[in-house]
Amino acid sequence: MMSGHSDESQDVPDPATGNPAVEYYLRLYVAGQSPNCVRAVDNLTRLCEEHLPGQYRIELIDLVENPTLARGDEIVAVPTLVRRLPPPPRKIIGDLSQTENVLAGLQLPEAGG
Amino acid sequence: MTEASAATTTGSAGTSGGSATPPGSGSALPKAPTGIRGLDEITGGGLPRGRPTLVAGASGCGKTLLGVEFLVRGALEFGEPGVLVSFEESASDVAANVASLGFDLERMQADGQLVVDSIHIDPGEIVEAGAFDLEGLFLRLGFAVDSVKAKRVVLDTVEVLLTALPHEAVVRGELGRLFRWLKDRGLTTIVTGERGKEELTRHGIEEYVSDCVILLDQRVSEELSTRRLRIVKYRGATHGTNEYPFLINERGLVVLPVTSLYLAYEASPERVSTGLPRLDHMLGGGVYRGTAVLISGGSGSGKTIIAAQMAAAACGRGEKALFVSFEESPAQLVRDVASVGVDLRRWVDGGLLRLSARPATASGLESHLADLVGLLDESEPALVVLDGVMGLGQVGSLAQVRLTVTRQLAMLKSRGITAVLTTLTDAGPGATLGETSGLVVSSLVDSWLLLRNVETNGERNRLLFVLKSRGSAHSNQVREFVLTDTGAQLLDVYVGAGGVLTGTARLSQETADRVAAGRRGLDVERRRRVLHEHNAQVEAQIAELRRQLADEAAEVEQFAAELDQEHGVSADARVTMARQRWADPPPNRSAAAEPGGA
Repeated sequence: MMSGHSDESQDVPDPATGNPAVEYYLRLYVAGQSPNCVRAVDNLTRLCEEHLPGQYRIELIDLVENPTLARGDEIVAVPTLVRRLPPPPRKIIGDLSQTENVLAGLQLPEAGG
Repeated sequence: MTEASAATTTGSAGTSGGSATPPGSGSALPKAPTGIRGLDEITGGGLPRGRPTLVAGASGCGKTLLGVEFLVRGALEFGEPGVLVSFEESASDVAANVASLGFDLERMQADGQLVVDSIHIDPGEIVEAGAFDLEGLFLRLGFAVDSVKAKRVVLDTVEVLLTALPHEAVVRGELGRLFRWLKDRGLTTIVTGERGKEELTRHGIEEYVSDCVILLDQRVSEELSTRRLRIVKYRGATHGTNEYPFLINERGLVVLPVTSLYLAYEASPERVSTGLPRLDHMLGGGVYRGTAVLISGGSGSGKTIIAAQMAAAACGRGEKALFVSFEESPAQLVRDVASVGVDLRRWVDGGLLRLSARPATASGLESHLADLVGLLDESEPALVVLDGVMGLGQVGSLAQVRLTVTRQLAMLKSRGITAVLTTLTDAGPGATLGETSGLVVSSLVDSWLLLRNVETNGERNRLLFVLKSRGSAHSNQVREFVLTDTGAQLLDVYVGAGGVLTGTARLSQETADRVAAGRRGLDVERRRRVLHEHNAQVEAQIAELRRQLADEAAEVEQFAAELDQEHGVSADARVTMARQRWADPPPNRSAAAEPGGA
């Protein structure tokens, strides 16, 4: 359904192809240094370190600098986290402070393996 | 039920559509023309400039189209580039949907006149995990606006955000911010919203839009679908509060009337001929250009023929004419009027006359109106005949038909086009004069010709009255209307002691008059002949008497001759005897005859 995959693959190199070892490819859309965005970046890195050590890659896209990139993943709300790998794509909006919701959104088991 | 909530909103802006002040005068609110036919007229110039307008309606009402046309016309006609944010359809779908209307969105985007940004949000795909805002939307929109220096924005349908995103309160707050943002940037915006059951829109979008609310509606009544547009609210401006029919034709949206709400058209002093010299005379020299003429009459009274003759007369002057028939096909019309010597074919072939036939029942009243708009745009006639307007009564109530005809007339008048309407009067045998036209459009027309069939002596004859002719002295006379091989003609009716006579009654009366006059002539002739005969008799008598006289004279002469002979013989004898006696000298012969003749 979503047409997000194709468009900006030229703009942003897809590390998934270069590094098959990375299981989780996450893209975080933010808008400048707003409190929500700053919190989201912090929350995401902390969460990934806890639950996906060594298996993730985070790509940060600032829409203030690149507003056209919002089209690809149909971004309206900020911040938005997009799980690009593994498929299917998932979107999580908000500052990611609700860890349980984030884990559920990423379809990660609570136990963390 | 939905009407009730809408009606209360209307009350606040309650200026009546027919108010006397023309739009725009003294209105401080600047307006952005939409370029949509008719909409600018009823809004008095367009949508509030630099402010959002809500267009609400059920799905399929034409909300998106209204928005797209607003952008397209804004860019192409008013030099105001635009941004369309579509939350429901992809950019390619939107482009494909309006391509049939001649809107080439892809080209406009390439030309930098338009940005189409479609935002698809799949609620099932989104998980909420903390605080967020809609800055992404703002950034996208801001980027799009800046990229073409847009002056106009359409958000179709922004309320999707309310259902697709969690935390409605957050989204509502963000929408409020969005509208402020749009206003701050001076963007003239259309926001579309789905019609709600209780509220104007399902999600209460109207709370953000305080300046202008337009409601679209599609109704099916008696199997005919009609779309309607109503301005529920327009802050600080007079506007028409009626429901206006609108339609979507091949040129886009058309709101009817496409004319002004105000009676402000020019009045031409020029008169044009009806093609019937005597009728022109009855009307005081023809009808004024740009006025409306109603020809009403019973079935078969010759309405169409007079109308056709007027159209032919216009073409004869080198003007374009349009004949719209709601009853007959063009071919039938041409044939029928040709039978009485009105040659329409010639003008059709010459390109001056356009015939259009649309059965009254083929479409709704709105479509008929729109057809007329289209035809007027295409052929730009100087005279338009609407033949059988009454037939429209089959597809609408009397009030609706009257409204439609009013709009048709207003449309024609505003363009300075002479209008000829024919309508059937249902004047039965008992009807007095047929002056109550079933359509009651008579107050809208400037001239009114009434054709009446008069039944006498087992025949129907046509009478023509001029019931009304605004702005001119007109004849109070009734004329008999006869159809000849060279078109319709008006004859004096016979007005005598026995009343108005027509047809054979008129003819027989005329014959009787002729006979009476002839009889008097005959009398003189006879007397002359009698005199002549008498004269001849007398002459003959005289001749007879003369003959008798001559006979008598001849007799006398003969007698005298005989007498002379006798006398001669005896004289001779006497002479002989005298000679023998040697007596007297011989006597004078004549003297001797004289006494014998006496």
